[in-house]
Amino acid sequence: MGYNWNWGIFLQPTATGDDTYLGWMFYGFKMTIALSLSAWLIALALGAVVGVLRTVPNKWLSGLATAYVEIFRNIPLLVQLFLWYFVMPELLPEALGNAFKQTNPIMQQFVASMVCLALFTSARVAEQVRSGINSLPPGQKNAGLAMGFTLPQTYRYVMLPMAVRLIVPPLTSEFLNIFKNSAVCSTIGLLELAAQGRQLVDYTAQPYESFIAVTIAYLLINVVVMSGMRWVEEHVRVPGYLGGK
Amino acid sequence: MHEFDWSSIPNALPFLWEGMKISLNITVSAVIFGIVWGTLLALMRLSPIKPLSWFAAGYVNLFRAIPLVMVLLWFFLIVPHLLESLFGFPRGSDMRLSSAIAGFALFEAAYYSEIIRAGIQSVPKGQMGAASALGMTYGQAMRLVVLPQAFRNMVPLLLTQGIILFQDTSLVYVSALADFFGAAYKVGDRDGRLVELLLFAGAVYFVICFTASRIVRHYQNKLKTA
Repeated sequence: MGYNWNWGIFLQPTATGDDTYLGWMFYGFKMTIALSLSAWLIALALGAVVGVLRTVPNKWLSGLATAYVEIFRNIPLLVQLFLWYFVMPELLPEALGNAFKQTNPIMQQFVASMVCLALFTSARVAEQVRSGINSLPPGQKNAGLAMGFTLPQTYRYVMLPMAVRLIVPPLTSEFLNIFKNSAVCSTIGLLELAAQGRQLVDYTAQPYESFIAVTIAYLLINVVVMSGMRWVEEHVRVPGYLGGK
Repeated sequence: MHEFDWSSIPNALPFLWEGMKISLNITVSAVIFGIVWGTLLALMRLSPIKPLSWFAAGYVNLFRAIPLVMVLLWFFLIVPHLLESLFGFPRGSDMRLSSAIAGFALFEAAYYSEIIRAGIQSVPKGQMGAASALGMTYGQAMRLVVLPQAFRNMVPLLLTQGIILFQDTSLVYVSALADFFGAAYKVGDRDGRLVELLLFAGAVYFVICFTASRIVRHYQNKLKTA
C-alpha cells in the first residue's frame, strides 16, 4: 500500500531540535504516570470518606454523599474536565481565579486535569467502598456496637479493615481506568502520552509508528499495574471468602 | 466574580439539538453493533474451539487495555487513510461519523462481551444439559434456551453500559465532529460565553444520564422481585 515504514524516526532529533522524538514520547509517558498516580491518591482518600458517609445512619450525611456520587457519575469526563479548566477559574473569587490564570500554563493544565480525574474517580471508588461495607455481615457492626465501641470506632476497628481487603479486586479496575482516562486530558493541551502521539503524527508524518508506539506504552502500563495489583491482592486476601486462601 | 449571561442559549437550541441527534445516533448505532459483535465475541470466548477463544480473549483484552481516546484517534486519523488506499474511496470524503460509530462499536463490543459472557455463565448448567437431552444441537440450545435467559438478566447491565457510552460519545470532540458537546463548545466559543454553555451542557448530560440510570435501577428492582 505504499507506506514507508521508518522506525528509526524515534531516534531523530525533533523539529525544534532540543530532543529526540523518543524523548517526547518519554516526556508524555512520565506526564501520564505523574498525573494518574497523583489523581489516584486523592481519589482513594476522597472516595474512602464519601463511601463511608454513604453508609452512615445520618440521613443528611448519606444524602450529601449520594449527591456527590451521582453528580460525578452522570456528567461525561470530558465535560467535567472543561468545567474545571475553563469554568472554575471564572467562578472562583477574582483574586484566586487570576492567580490561577497567571501560573505556568502547564501547571494550570496539570492541576485542572488532576482535580478532574481525582474527583471523577473518587465517586467510583466511593461506590466500591460502599458495596464493600454493605457486603459485610450486619452482625459485625452489631457485635462492634454491643462490645461498647462507638460508631466511628466500629468503622475504624471492625468494618473498614475487612471492607478494604474485600474491595481490592474491583479497585484494580478503577486504577487501570484512571490511566486510560488520563488520555482525555490531551484535549485541554496537556502533553501526556496520547497528545504526544498526535504531535508525533503532525511532525513526522509517520502515523503508524507513532500510534503503535503509544498504544504499546498504554499496554505496558496496563500489564505493570495488573501484575502489581495481583501481588497486592494475594497479600490481602481474606481467608474463607470466595477467592480467598 | 463572573457575570452570567444566558442569552445565547435560546437561539442556539436548534443547533444544539442537531448535535444531540448526532450523539444519540452514535450511541444507538454503537449499542446495537456493540451488542451483536459482543455476543459473537462472548460465544467465541466460551466456544470449545481454541483458536476462536484465543482470538476473542486477545481482542477483548487489547481493547480493554487502551484508552477510548486512543481508539478514536486511530479511527479518525489512520483508519480512513487505510480504507482510502485499500478500497480506493475518494480522498478526503467525510467519514468522521461512520468512523466514530465503527470505533465506538468495536471498542464497546469488548465491554459488552464481558457482560454477556458473565450472563451466559450465570445460566445454570442443567439448562444446557436439558436442552441437549431434548435433542437440541449446541447452536439451538444456545439460541433458544441459554441466550434468552442470559439476556433477560443482563438487560440492566447492558443499559447501564449504554448510558456510559452516551457519556463517552462526547469524546468525538477529538475529531471536531459537532455532537451535542461539540456544538455547545462551538456556540460558547463563538459568543464568548463558554462558561454558560459548558455549564448548560453539563446540566443536560446530568439530567439525561441521571434519569436514565434511575429508570434502569427501577427496572432492575422489578426484575429482582419477579
